[in-house]
Amino acid sequence: MSMDELMDEAALHEIRDRIRAFELDRRDFLRLCGGGLLVCLSGAQAPGQESGRGGQGWGGHELPREVSAWIHIDADGKVTVFTGKVEIGQNIRTSLAQSVAEELRVGFDAITMTMGDTELTPWDMGTFGSRSTPTMGPQLRNMAATAREMLVEAAAQRWSVDAATLVAEDGMVRNPKTGATLGYGAITRGEQLTRTLMGDPPPQHANFGRVRDPADPPLTPAIAWKIAGTAVPKAQGRDFVTGKHKYPSDIARPGMLFGKMLRATGFNATLVAADTAGAEKMPGVQVVRDGDFIGVVADDVWAAEKALAAIHAQWNVPEQISNRELFAAMRKGAAGGEASADVEQGLSGADVKLAQEYTVAYIAHAPLEPRTAVAEWGQTDAGQAKLTVWTGTQRPFGVKDDLVRAFRLSEDQVRVMMPDMGSGYGGKHTGECAVEAARLAKAAGKPVKLIWTREEEFTWAYFRPAGVMEIRGGAKRDGTLTAWEHHNYNSGPSALETPYNVTAKLEKFHEWPSPLLVQGSYRGLAATANHFARESAMDELAHELGMDPLEFRMKNLNNDRLRAVFTAAAEKFGWGREKSTADRGFGIAGGTEKGGYAAACAEVEIDAAKKVRIRRVVQAWESGAIVNPDGLRNQIMGAMVQAIGGALFEQIEFANGRVLNAHFAEYRVPRFRDTPEIEVVLIDRKDLPSAGAGETGIVALAPAVGNAIFAATGTRLRAMPMAAGEIFSS
Amino acid sequence: MADLTLNVNGTELRVRAADDAPLLWVLRNKLGLTGTKYGCGEGQCGACTVLVNGQATRSCLTPAPATVGAKITTIEGLEKAGVLSAVQKAFLEADAMQCGYCTSGMILAATALLREHAHPSDEQIVEAMEGNICRCGTYPRIVAAIRRAAEMQMASEGRKEEPEYVHG
Ligand code: FES
Ligand code: FES
Repeated sequence: MSMDELMDEAALHEIRDRIRAFELDRRDFLRLCGGGLLVCLSGAQAPGQESGRGGQGWGGHELPREVSAWIHIDADGKVTVFTGKVEIGQNIRTSLAQSVAEELRVGFDAITMTMGDTELTPWDMGTFGSRSTPTMGPQLRNMAATAREMLVEAAAQRWSVDAATLVAEDGMVRNPKTGATLGYGAITRGEQLTRTLMGDPPPQHANFGRVRDPADPPLTPAIAWKIAGTAVPKAQGRDFVTGKHKYPSDIARPGMLFGKMLRATGFNATLVAADTAGAEKMPGVQVVRDGDFIGVVADDVWAAEKALAAIHAQWNVPEQISNRELFAAMRKGAAGGEASADVEQGLSGADVKLAQEYTVAYIAHAPLEPRTAVAEWGQTDAGQAKLTVWTGTQRPFGVKDDLVRAFRLSEDQVRVMMPDMGSGYGGKHTGECAVEAARLAKAAGKPVKLIWTREEEFTWAYFRPAGVMEIRGGAKRDGTLTAWEHHNYNSGPSALETPYNVTAKLEKFHEWPSPLLVQGSYRGLAATANHFARESAMDELAHELGMDPLEFRMKNLNNDRLRAVFTAAAEKFGWGREKSTADRGFGIAGGTEKGGYAAACAEVEIDAAKKVRIRRVVQAWESGAIVNPDGLRNQIMGAMVQAIGGALFEQIEFANGRVLNAHFAEYRVPRFRDTPEIEVVLIDRKDLPSAGAGETGIVALAPAVGNAIFAATGTRLRAMPMAAGEIFSS
Repeated sequence: MADLTLNVNGTELRVRAADDAPLLWVLRNKLGLTGTKYGCGEGQCGACTVLVNGQATRSCLTPAPATVGAKITTIEGLEKAGVLSAVQKAFLEADAMQCGYCTSGMILAATALLREHAHPSDEQIVEAMEGNICRCGTYPRIVAAIRRAAEMQMASEGRKEEPEYVHG
């Protein structure tokens, strides 16, 4: 069943079959690999601020763990990078390999990335929070540079020359004087070279970067990059246009059955009764029942679906409040009440004042590939039960923990593999689908595949938190801000801090201890909500003052990087060249979070029926030195398109514990027709470290569009989505 | 249950399936053609798009028995002797994907479009592709790839006609 194997694993066959656990001693690892050169990085991670379900934490993992990445070079000069990060469409399989190839002085194709396999790759907390590029990137560069130095030293010893006289290039060490060369493979042949880099994360803040040791090898400056910094095409791109790439839902195992789960008819429901007799009678169908857990397995997914439909269950669903009462409940449930004398004083000295409330709705990630898992029970070499699960997740090690707990297994009895999946956007941090598949497989005694339906994905996953933002602000007639107060209820603290100059300020996140829906991470998370509120409020103040919104921002802004993206976006867009009219409006907004800087200018069109359409958006982006301009452009553009949904029409509607729009026919996501003309202006700061770009590209669009709608119509929309209501329905 | 003979990518394949079994699951689970994706099962996302006699068809809503006697083309059938179709090539070159999960459906929908309109207008592209969701938001690149594929097809057809031209 070669089709069932993961593409990126194929090349590693020999290693995979012989390796038992990632905790292997490094020397064992080398022995199993048949020697070569191995560089490990020790102790380099700290927890991020976002996880899956709110406050779940990190499964008791003591941080830092021993090893965070390995780079191995074998006797043929083949380079394998082992990282627990995963590829979910953000293109790190390509961009991380570029960084390694750059420092190691090998071609891009010499690199194989082994990612997100709990048995082959070192522990990793997960792929989220835009951390792969700023942390894993430099870590891997550092390791690759170390490997390069080790190879040069080994060659120097062999030739009895000074290492400083040698150069590494094209996978070889060369002696420029004699013209002699030694390939990396030849250098490592029969050798067991290992080195472990130590790195202490900075103590208290959640900066995840390893502190560079003065003894570390020099990294290649971005200005001299030849492979990093270029538009290397997506790794294995051809497999995506030929249908060969195996996503988690494409994994098949010998004898595999297909599962379906019975779902409650509402949140917080209890099962009253279930009649499974009809399903049990169907040929080839097995009903799996354990308390409220009811599922079916069959050798055909269609048969499983029919069997599920034949189960008659009665649920008791408690009365629950609907999305219409959401914000009132939130305000009641979240502790508020905090004041600052400074702010009050700043406000009293202001010529123009604002006090407004903004809201964002619950929205769904709706990745096109829903949650999926294939679970298979077998035996370890020691004869114990062994559970192997292929699943789409941003936290393979977190899912492994879930499985270890659910089945009371030991660490070495569970392996989770994560084939590059049909994306996540922060929505696939949890392991419920994997646990369900494993329970079904255990009962069936055969491997089971479970693919959540679209309705399940819309209902039983978790949501981006809804939120209320209260803002009060004041400014002098000349545009100088005098006070700023920003409260966020429930949606989160990220990007709560204003980048504008104002000393009298209060910025506070108010937690809601018992949110209505299960909420979790999301691309950009609260940065979207907080930027929407702040950048709308800034616009309101500018209009009150009769100032140009860009000029007002610039007057209160010292941050050079943010100024630069505002300027770049405005220039490319032609900001101020035309005045807004009743049917055409222009808006601007920007901000920064997680090391990324974004500013967007939007043009909207309002027709006679008051339908809104985004015509054109220009967004300028800066996140330090660019590793892959093409991949970066793709990410930023994608974030902008995704932002259209949350800005204009996406929201989960619910009542009495039921999601009312759990289908693409009712939950509207951006489509071709919604997509405006989009331009992305990239600013490449080769003098600055590279930051992640998966998230912050999403924050500027909604306020820019809202501000453009106001400019045209004089109506201020303070609730996201802005066009789901009657007036601006699109 | 019925024994069916389906013509998939030019090959006659025998398969046993329920009378109402969606083509999507027959392709994926019985014939191992997993390039066709499940996104919703409700005709709303286009991830499952295949060609049935050249028409873009939602395989999740099409019972397999209804396609007996028709020519079914899946993403696996577009590459001929190691050469990508113009649409595949254009998607690859434009990097018109992020996670790539929508890509099979997009390529097949675009293939059907170009068969009908060799030089589609913007409106024709939107019209034909509106049922296909790319949640990663790659639409601008997909549109660019479709335009590029149209050009490539026109160019290669142009070349074929050249010899006649010379003789004439
Ligand atoms: S899976 Fe067929 S249209 Fe979505
Ligand atoms: S590339 Fe991910 S859905 Fe289109």
